[in-house]
Amino acid sequence: MTRALGHYTLSIVRELGDFAAFTSRSFTAAVGSRKLGRRVVRAIYEQGVRCVPVILIVGLFTGLVLGLQGYYVLNKFGSSGLLGTLVSLTLVRELAPVLAALMLVGQAGSALAAELGIQRNSEQIDALETMGASVHAYLISPRLIASVLVFPIQTAFFTLIGLLGGYLSGSVVLALQPGVYWSAVYHAVHPMDVRECLIKAVVFGFLTIAICAYNGFNAHRRKSSTGARAVSASTTRAVVQSSIVVLAADYIITSLLV
Amino acid sequence: MSTAVSTDPFLDVRGVHKRFGENIVLSGVNLAVPRGNVITVLGKSGTGKSVFLKCLAGIVRPDSGEIRFDGQSLNAGDAVCRAEFRRRCSYLFQSNALLDSLTALENVALPLEQTTQIPNREIRDRCMEALRQLDLEKHRDRYPSQLSGGMQKRLALARAIVTRPELVLFDEPTAGLDPLRRNAVFEMIVKYQRQFGFTALLVTHDLPEALVASDQVALLDGGRMRFQGTPEAFNASDDPTVRAFRDSPGELRNTIAALRRGENVNTSNDL
Repeated sequence: MTRALGHYTLSIVRELGDFAAFTSRSFTAAVGSRKLGRRVVRAIYEQGVRCVPVILIVGLFTGLVLGLQGYYVLNKFGSSGLLGTLVSLTLVRELAPVLAALMLVGQAGSALAAELGIQRNSEQIDALETMGASVHAYLISPRLIASVLVFPIQTAFFTLIGLLGGYLSGSVVLALQPGVYWSAVYHAVHPMDVRECLIKAVVFGFLTIAICAYNGFNAHRRKSSTGARAVSASTTRAVVQSSIVVLAADYIITSLLV
Repeated sequence: MSTAVSTDPFLDVRGVHKRFGENIVLSGVNLAVPRGNVITVLGKSGTGKSVFLKCLAGIVRPDSGEIRFDGQSLNAGDAVCRAEFRRRCSYLFQSNALLDSLTALENVALPLEQTTQIPNREIRDRCMEALRQLDLEKHRDRYPSQLSGGMQKRLALARAIVTRPELVLFDEPTAGLDPLRRNAVFEMIVKYQRQFGFTALLVTHDLPEALVASDQVALLDGGRMRFQGTPEAFNASDDPTVRAFRDSPGELRNTIAALRRGENVNTSNDL
């Protein structure tokens, strides 16, 4: 029992070390890589443009629900005028970075893990290695660079559309004056809140894409599954790990910045 | 058929061992590859030919043994020599391993773009030249999935030769092809080997074509090289393993004839 626990702990430590080496190599390999800009633009399209619809839809419904629930709760205490404060602070500080990251894990992260897993399975990554190309610079670096650029913008989109959702619930569907709602939003959100939101977005973006890339890239290393099953297993693992890490990182960052 | 034969092998493999868990795949493989030759490693399916080639290419790390390329050791730790080897060597995968999100032209340009500082215009010229030589010029903007199996094979060869390598490793280049296409692939290999002067190391189990196309053949069996020599020496060999492999078509004829006559024959279960 103790031995099994020791082996398990060692394997986790080894995995964390591999992950750290993988991400640091991916950043250092980017230096001087040819046509990196073109690959970054493509990654921005994959992680950014293609994910905009889902971000907007989820952001809108999050704001709508927050507005609806918040209005009824606040109205009981005669404080419905604080709806803008509730919606904006909840979105900016917590929900926008976390939910946007989870949506991007589901859309861009899972696609990345599956793509790299298939490339590993079909020897495309081996081919890059045998021709002497830097696999990290070619496949991973553009995705990591794109993630820290795209995630803050996605999170900002999520927040803005969420605020709009809160307004639609509170002022269009229910009876709150629009001016009261937007005034509360304006006075509630401080630059420090925006800073917290952006820090979270950058960290979550980097972590999710790095974890998904790591799992897809190493799809062949698991002894328990091979071939198509290895790709599906690595994709599932990537999504689960990224989601848990986002929530854990959210708690850590919040406790440090609050 | 033989071109320049050097006493010092261009690629020298000594005592390479490789096992996966309990499965011993290579148990002391030796092979000397002279510069400028076409040399074919023959062997049954599952004898470790592809593993051997991947050990040479650095995709699989051997457990022990030494691989020397042009006098330099490629063992673990010799990163500079390994990088030099990769610069001078190309690998043609059995599956072609073309990047499916890139067009034919982009696939061919990839090794030059990622490993050299050659200007983009020159890269394009060299790639177009390689595509032209392999009759793929018209298909430069197509993706690998839009090409036939033979075209994909030619595209993989174009990508392999565009860097002007000195050594090309071919992993089962005719796997899954019909006899006519098998011939075409071997003709293509010999033609471009003559044209570009690279050393070609193939692994295959296509015996008749390999004997015609190669300067030397080697036979891998039971984790070791059982034979290395000219095709003539292979045909004249009395070694039981060589004879079993070489005479397999005749054996098949005799076995089938006996089965048709209704005789009780012990068929081979060695699949």
